[in-house]
Amino acid sequence: MQRLTQFACIAALFWTGTALASDAVETATGSKTPLPDSVRALPPPLPTQIRAADVPSDNGKAVVVTWLPDASTPSLVRYQVGVATNPSGPYYFGGEAPAAGPIVKDDPKIFGWSPVNPDHQFLVVSSYMVPPATPDGNPERVELRPDQTYYLRFAVVGDSASAELAAPMSVTPRQNWIKLHKLNNLIFGLFFGVVILSFIEFARRNPNMFIRKIAGLDAVEEALGRATEMGKPVYFVHGLNSMGEVSAIASVNILGRVARRVAQFDTTLKVMNNDPIVLAVSQEVVREACIDVGRPDAYVPDNVMFVADRQFSYAAAVDGMMMRERPATVMLMGYFYAEALLFAETGNVVGAIQIAATDSYTQIPFFITTCDYTLIGEELYAASAYLAREPKLLGSLRGQDVGKAVLIAILTIGTALELAGIHWLTHLVAPL
Amino acid sequence: MIFFKRTLPLVIAFVMGIVAISIYYIPHQAAVDLNDLLSKWDRIIAAFAAFLGVYSLLYLHAGRLKRRQAGWGYSVFVYLGFVVMLTAAIYNNGAGPLVALRKGGAYDWLYTNVFVAADASMFAILSFFIASAAYRTFRARTTEATILLVAAVIVMLGRVPIGALLWESMPELQQWLMNVPNMAAKRGILLGVYLGAVATALRIIFGIERSYLGGDE
Repeated sequence: MQRLTQFACIAALFWTGTALASDAVETATGSKTPLPDSVRALPPPLPTQIRAADVPSDNGKAVVVTWLPDASTPSLVRYQVGVATNPSGPYYFGGEAPAAGPIVKDDPKIFGWSPVNPDHQFLVVSSYMVPPATPDGNPERVELRPDQTYYLRFAVVGDSASAELAAPMSVTPRQNWIKLHKLNNLIFGLFFGVVILSFIEFARRNPNMFIRKIAGLDAVEEALGRATEMGKPVYFVHGLNSMGEVSAIASVNILGRVARRVAQFDTTLKVMNNDPIVLAVSQEVVREACIDVGRPDAYVPDNVMFVADRQFSYAAAVDGMMMRERPATVMLMGYFYAEALLFAETGNVVGAIQIAATDSYTQIPFFITTCDYTLIGEELYAASAYLAREPKLLGSLRGQDVGKAVLIAILTIGTALELAGIHWLTHLVAPL
Repeated sequence: MIFFKRTLPLVIAFVMGIVAISIYYIPHQAAVDLNDLLSKWDRIIAAFAAFLGVYSLLYLHAGRLKRRQAGWGYSVFVYLGFVVMLTAAIYNNGAGPLVALRKGGAYDWLYTNVFVAADASMFAILSFFIASAAYRTFRARTTEATILLVAAVIVMLGRVPIGALLWESMPELQQWLMNVPNMAAKRGILLGVYLGAVATALRIIFGIERSYLGGDE
């Protein structure tokens, strides 16, 4: 109720387009008597350099108002912006900022790292509130539209008085075709892309390229061989991610390589899924892998199964199967949450050789603790290429390593520059 | 046939990959609308895939029941749970299946009092698993394990009142461990992860990595 009353006051203020403070009282007879000067409150000082502009790098649905606050402005005032589609009004409430609100240099996404007026305050307006048509209705929020000219009234509202900019400002929000604040991201992405593609091309011409050893992946062959010798199944447990995430795609890529070897060894491979789309892709990948190595009979559709889509139901079911079937090898691949340790500890209890690969940094310690081999972070993405031993894919691994070397160099130089009080490199790589 | 099994998926992967990357850098409303459209398609495909999941689950457990495979009793519970929950959802407290799920109905009751309770029990088991894993790790047989043990003891003590009681700087020390060495390692891993994701995405977009299609090394 209080909020509605407050809104009604503010809306009425902009709607009428009149000064905020009333300087007259209405008597019982309806005539107006001017207030004495001693009673009338002094309005807070109006800031200077008030400007309205389109917000850059957006979809044309926001404008920004900037101003230089007066040094003598009381700390309890609020700056308000009214919005209209016509210079004569009606003006609706578009937003407000406190006296100690954000300043231009706090928001490099809009104003860049070196703004012309870093100490100006600002307010982003992306919508305005239209008061309800009936007393029991709700106010309606209206979003700004691209290419529509809006008129803004700026006011400073104090406890008992206020001041308003005499003339409205006009501004037209425009749609943009590129997010300029993400330009650094795009350039780095293109750079790393070119590096990786260059090494892929280089690997085509030079197939004997040196790639650092990854112990966990060298152990895959040994782990699958162990399962074959023991006559027990290999468990491939997917993480909790869906096919829309790169780590799930990386896991499926590894599954393809593992399924080939398992089919050649004539061992049972059981693939546990908690996402129906990952299930469908996994079934296809295992089937094609079996056909590829000339063992279509090795594909058993029942062995690529949907277990449960809820985290702990999935964990309970997979753990139960592990305890009953006691697999020789357990491969945990993808993004895991709290169920990681439930899987890995159960695998440990049944004496399985365990290889885990995850990009979930919170679960890496648990896997290191309980698994025989753990692929950390980017090794999950490298695994498929490493197992394939195909020059083109190995080239991308070298590209990844070169990219990492570049990042290490930037981090080292950036740290040194920051310590010396030089910030340009930090700004260059900062995500906005 | 090869066109539908190989070429078309590779073309779709390339086009959608480039479109998805472009959308990220384009703020224009057309790009926002395209992103919304793709999200809707994603949800529609996921809804169809849910049927695949249900089919796989029921088919798998039917086979286990038929063969009286070890642990077939659990398959009975899968069917029982499926039928009871489905019936409760369709009945929907008398409102039928074509309206939003009613609060306080049988489905709601079963979810809160059976499913959530079982889920919480499973989560609770985690504490025992952590204890056994920690015991094995913290036996301090190597230098690395000893460092891990000391760091873990400091972090654990620093986060409870008795830590400050034993040594007043314990909370600050644990905070430093979390903010400096731990954060540095975390960021190192994340940088590698992001680079790896970029490399994997490029391999898929340009058709270099094809194992997700099955076969064709």
